[in-house]
Amino acid sequence: MLGKTAGSLFWMARYLERSENNARLIDAGFRIALTRSSTAKAEWKSILITAGSNQAYAATGQEYSSAKVVDFMLRDPHNPSSIISVVKQARDNARTARTYLTREVWEAVNTSWMTLGALLKRQVRDDDLPDVLSAIRQQSAQVRGAWTGTMLRNDGYNFARLGTFLERADNTARILDVKYYLLLPSVAHIGSSIDNVQWETILRSVSAHRAYHWLYGAEISALKIAEFLILYKQMPRSLAFCAQKMQDNIGWLQRGYGEETEAGRMADALLHKKLAGPIQAIFDGGLHEYITDFLRANAALAQQIERDYRFVV
Amino acid sequence: MERAGSINFFDEMQGQGGDVRTPYSEFCEWFDAEEPARIHRKAQQAEAFFRTTGITFNVYGQDDADERLIPFDVVPRIISASEWRRLSRGIEQRVRALNAFLHDIYHRQEILRAGRVPIELISRNEAFLPMMMGMDPPGGVYTHISGTDIVRTGANEFYVLEDNARTPSGVSYMLENRETMLQMFPELFAKVPVREVSDYPINLLRSLAACAPPMCGGTPTVAVLTPGIHNSAYFEHSFLADQMGAELVEGHDLRVVGGRVAMRTTQGYKAIDVLYRRVDDDFLDPLNFRPDSVLGVPGIWDVYRAGGITIANAPGTGIADDKALYSYMPDIIEFYTGERALLPNVPTWRCSEPEHLREVLDKLPELVVKEVHGSGGYGMLVGPAASKKEIAAFRAKLEANPRNYIAQPTLSLSTVPIFTKSGLAPRHVDLRPFVLMSPQGITITPGGLTRVAMTKGSLVVNSSQGGGTKDTWVLED
Repeated sequence: MLGKTAGSLFWMARYLERSENNARLIDAGFRIALTRSSTAKAEWKSILITAGSNQAYAATGQEYSSAKVVDFMLRDPHNPSSIISVVKQARDNARTARTYLTREVWEAVNTSWMTLGALLKRQVRDDDLPDVLSAIRQQSAQVRGAWTGTMLRNDGYNFARLGTFLERADNTARILDVKYYLLLPSVAHIGSSIDNVQWETILRSVSAHRAYHWLYGAEISALKIAEFLILYKQMPRSLAFCAQKMQDNIGWLQRGYGEETEAGRMADALLHKKLAGPIQAIFDGGLHEYITDFLRANAALAQQIERDYRFVV
Repeated sequence: MERAGSINFFDEMQGQGGDVRTPYSEFCEWFDAEEPARIHRKAQQAEAFFRTTGITFNVYGQDDADERLIPFDVVPRIISASEWRRLSRGIEQRVRALNAFLHDIYHRQEILRAGRVPIELISRNEAFLPMMMGMDPPGGVYTHISGTDIVRTGANEFYVLEDNARTPSGVSYMLENRETMLQMFPELFAKVPVREVSDYPINLLRSLAACAPPMCGGTPTVAVLTPGIHNSAYFEHSFLADQMGAELVEGHDLRVVGGRVAMRTTQGYKAIDVLYRRVDDDFLDPLNFRPDSVLGVPGIWDVYRAGGITIANAPGTGIADDKALYSYMPDIIEFYTGERALLPNVPTWRCSEPEHLREVLDKLPELVVKEVHGSGGYGMLVGPAASKKEIAAFRAKLEANPRNYIAQPTLSLSTVPIFTKSGLAPRHVDLRPFVLMSPQGITITPGGLTRVAMTKGSLVVNSSQGGGTKDTWVLED
């Protein structure tokens, strides 16, 4: 297949994943802002940082109020990470790779662009926000369903999956990067109710608060949350899960093409060295350094995939 | 129903009188028995179907209307088997003559020596590509894909309005219109015997593959070259690539490697044998044509000359569909086929000739004036529909640069009804059949694309000017 097409599938999947992740971040922020208005401003700021949009937002000169931030993250066409921009980019990439998509997948992506375009035409009122966020999740689920049900499991499939898991790992790692200080055992107000709410927010922003309690019961601890989000392989948004998937997908590509690549070696290293655990070792080495290092390795892997499979000249 | 078949216009459903013409009888029987509300609902479904499928086009210079739908009308345009036989014979003759003309113009130029076409018309024409002189395109084919625009003015009167020998578009609409009709009204196709159009993509692939270049070893690799997703016809480019199972490439996917044009795949560069290009000649090769082009492939021209790739259509075919040459088509056909043209031209004044110009200026309000190099309905004057001011402005343009224009009488284009809220209403139509040419012969898909002016009384059918389309049926014998 064309290198450009592989790149478009990769980026289409990244943008689709990003729209869903950002919707989740907005949801988490909105919830905190409703229940704890005193910390809302700081919370929105950290959410914008996680979404990689804080600089762009600061440049608008607007205050960190729910209404303004939500509008910026949902609809601002000048914000490259707004839902509307991201969905448009996903669709542009899908159009470029149109010949590699089934009709079902293309129509799901196109419908999601049309539906969200209509929903986000005007500023979303607070009481409509839950519906809009749920619509974003639904559109995303429809694309995923069409994808899983109709796409050939060929090289194009693997490139798109790589995009999904790279983006997801990046998102989870960014959440940890922004909130790592809450997970440090040395923090003074450990065990306080502030912590509990903040920790819940972390779990909510990866849609895993229920799963966490299923797994660990009622006990919330920094170590367990970190373990859950970094190393727990059954959790579909953990770093280890994403790294395992990326290694699988590159493995298929290498076997299909009969050629081992540097990207393949990097994916192996990410999984087997970086994510070998245990969690205590990660804490001992410094959580913040670890996360920063992971983000760098993940980004380097993305670049290597782009080079090895000739996405661009 | 609005009045159809008036003195001025021939209605293809109602004729001149008002009785349903035979090709439409089965359709009308079905239609009369249908609830209008149901058809209305179906028409809305069709629109939703076009939107989700992404069958849209971009209008240049209109930011807000980024992507638009071409209106689709559910009433088919129906052509009888005998009408089609006549049309297809005429089209085939014309396309053969165009190819013979192109070969001649780029070789011995017999037709110029014989004085049948004035030499200045070629030598001073921007569409003439001197680099093609002496060049033999693989298989001897210049116009692999062409479209012959036909208008009808009476029961037995058909005219060729123009030839499209560069990169005619619209075939995806022909195919999707049929697909839509089949989904909406399957029962109709059980009742009326309509000839298939769905084999166009496979015929296109075969036809292109049959023109593979000398350097091709094994099964030819075919690719479609598009300017990219922002091009107005991108949907069509991706549709055709998809249907043929060919790669859809852009200029930056290609480069010359080892004397071949090759595409950058995930596993390295892979040679292309036949390139169905949907970019203009000028943009093909920045080394040999426009240096600022990013749409083409540097060096493709040299590979072409060396027999390393087939470019479809061949570069330089624009000289054959140039509007300045159009009026010579009857001579061109006679010169190369020894036969009279089966399908007549529309009478045409060449404004480059002083007497013609005088006549045109005299009756400007009655005429249609077109730019010689224009297309898409831009830059033309429809006299009877224009204001005094517009006519005066055009008169000035004509006097300033007469060579840039031709003029034709305003034709009484036939009408076919469209479905409106208040019932059927006649609207003017034209027809673009699509013609494939390969060393193995000529294939014309039965029917083609019917374009329809959606506004009452309008004669402009171009989609860029608000025109719509209809499914076109050629009936089985």
